[in-house]
Amino acid sequence: MKLFFWQPWLIPILPLVGGLINGLLGKRFTKSVVATIAIFFTGASFLVACAHAYALLQSGADALETSYGTWISAGSFSADFGIYLDHLSLVMMLVVTGVGFLIHIYSIAYMEHEGGYYRFFAYLNFFMFFMLTLVLANNYLLMFVGWEGVGLASYLLIGFFFLKDSAANAGKKAFITNRVGDFGFLIALFLLIQHFGTLRYVAVFDIVSHFPTETAAGFLTAVGLLMLVGACGKSAQIPLYVWLPDAMEGPTPVSALIHAATMVTAGVYMVCRSNAIFSRAPIALLAVAIIGTLTSFFAATIGITQTDIKRVLAYSTISQLGYMFMAAGVAAYSASIFHLMTHAFFKALLFLGAGSVIHGIGGEQDMRKMGGLRKYMPWTFWTMLIATLAISGIPPFAGFFSKDEILWQAFSSPHGSKIFWLFGVITAFMTSFYMFRLIFLTFTGEYRGVQANAHSAHDSHEHHSGAPHESPWIMLAPLVLLAVLSVIGGWVGIGNRFEHFLAPVIQTVSAEQSVAQNGEATATPVSEGEGTEGASKSLENLLMAVSVLVAFAGLGLAWFLYVQRPELPAKIATASGGLYKLVFNKYWIDELYAAAIIGPLVALSRVVLWQTIDQKLVDGTVNESAVAARDVSQIIRQQQSGLVRSYAGWVAAGAAAVVAYMVWMGTR
Amino acid sequence: MIPISWYLLLSAFLFACGVTGFLIKRNIITLFMSIELMLNGVNLSFVAFATNLGALDGHIFVFFVMVVAAAEAAVGLAIIISVYRTRETLNVDRVNLLKL
Repeated sequence: MKLFFWQPWLIPILPLVGGLINGLLGKRFTKSVVATIAIFFTGASFLVACAHAYALLQSGADALETSYGTWISAGSFSADFGIYLDHLSLVMMLVVTGVGFLIHIYSIAYMEHEGGYYRFFAYLNFFMFFMLTLVLANNYLLMFVGWEGVGLASYLLIGFFFLKDSAANAGKKAFITNRVGDFGFLIALFLLIQHFGTLRYVAVFDIVSHFPTETAAGFLTAVGLLMLVGACGKSAQIPLYVWLPDAMEGPTPVSALIHAATMVTAGVYMVCRSNAIFSRAPIALLAVAIIGTLTSFFAATIGITQTDIKRVLAYSTISQLGYMFMAAGVAAYSASIFHLMTHAFFKALLFLGAGSVIHGIGGEQDMRKMGGLRKYMPWTFWTMLIATLAISGIPPFAGFFSKDEILWQAFSSPHGSKIFWLFGVITAFMTSFYMFRLIFLTFTGEYRGVQANAHSAHDSHEHHSGAPHESPWIMLAPLVLLAVLSVIGGWVGIGNRFEHFLAPVIQTVSAEQSVAQNGEATATPVSEGEGTEGASKSLENLLMAVSVLVAFAGLGLAWFLYVQRPELPAKIATASGGLYKLVFNKYWIDELYAAAIIGPLVALSRVVLWQTIDQKLVDGTVNESAVAARDVSQIIRQQQSGLVRSYAGWVAAGAAAVVAYMVWMGTR
Repeated sequence: MIPISWYLLLSAFLFACGVTGFLIKRNIITLFMSIELMLNGVNLSFVAFATNLGALDGHIFVFFVMVVAAAEAAVGLAIIISVYRTRETLNVDRVNLLKL
């Protein structure tokens, strides 16, 4: 059955069509037409994706690769327009189209009163196109196209309110920071082309699995580390995470879709997709784990002190992405993708809920000016509470299963270590604490915001005045759906079903190879042998209990500090003095970067590149040659007197000179 | 038989007269006449050489020069009339729009 809608290329192309229609013609459409077009094409893409997911699962095949012709061909190298559909891209595709579809619906109401309605939906659809290109590509080069494309869409959407200076700057910051990462990714691709001559996933992984790591392990390590640089940029890991908190300048649905649920997970997807490379480059893998662990810990500490509701969520996103990297770094790729999926659900829900709160109280984002919103917006409260329970890892919500899996893998995996686990648990505690802090500050107690019309000029939500109010149903429906997913989304992981589902994607390193590259691995078969099965099971249960316990501890501490004794946090903040200031100011990392990298770079560009090379060398060469030509002409143009007789005189003189010469030559 | 040098001297004299006239006179028509004088000076040396060498080439050249001179006179006189109509002068020193 080869119907038209059966073509997998429709999945990315449909949003592109929607984006083109809205982008080119949207100015003339009414808002409802724009929204209908955007929703229709995204929804259609979701349906086609579902159909293909179903077909793939029915067929029982591990992967389906379809090529639609050559894109680039140079010498022996060639890259196709091709789609690679396996269990990994299937999960990503469904998350992207599904969550994306819900967020499109939410945006209808959220963006109702903003300018550039059609522009917003056009960008959003373009983003969907590039993101789907990224996850469905059958080679790294096409993935890179999607990779850059989502960066572009992200830039456009962060700077959506481009009249605001901070938004325009945040867009530039995101784009430029990502360029640093993209550079690493690109070099990795060049290395792969140079050594393997292909970028097709199947071919690359096949070569890698037979690659002689004994003699050339350095090559795979280099590729892995460079890919990690790229992933750090896109997925906001240390040291390139600085753009993500600023990216919150964009409209909230954008933060939900791009900067929480999908685009920032591209780095995780890339690492997991390249698991064949990483698994054979233990140093690169260790680097992934360390960066992930540090990032998750570090971002969580910052999250505790932030007061802007979206910034708390931004740091929480960085922290959760750190978890995914940690999982990938201990070679637990399926746990990583599992957390990616559940995180997409509950973090999108948290952002949309935050958007609903911001919408309901007239554009205020500072949690200190919220409070008591539970009775004004009960739907938002309950859905956000579910998401908070999920992210804190409290059973039976989705985050519990994925986070527990990550912590267990960090503890027990042959690549893991108890240090990773320890940091993970502390981070889990902090996550639970700052998330419940957010809930308590926002929804409990008394409303601390400015009443009546005082804030009507604050934002473009002018229509809001008076008391906070619940959002329209069209914004609540996605919240409810995501809340359902945040509850049940983790259940697919019960009994390691998710791991088995992704198993075909993960290339297992055979025992003999792993011995050759990793001495520790020899111990692995023993510790997971028959005799210790029961012991490891009870250990797993113990660790599970610990992680649930720290989640509740975080909840309890937040309740104590922000509900029971709301005067305490300020006292603690003043008591801890410098430490609080350090964390509140995000460890002055932005300032450090500004002083250490941006400042010198700008100075270098200004003095050397601009004032010396451009102004003196390039401009100088051009200007000086023009001046020289003018000066010479100034002399020569004296001859051009306009007097016919003077011309005639010169002609006569010339003729006389020629004659004299010839006479002289003749008489010699 | 008059030696060829006489012819050449006359030819050079005519040419020099033309050149001198062209350089010192200001009236365009006089300049034109000077050009004719130069051309005929050259024509004279052509025929002198042709007769002296017994070859026809020189004669043919002279015919060409005459034809071109006639055409040039036609065009040149038209230009002169046009110049006179617009500027009401035949003084070349005052026809100097291309000057700096």
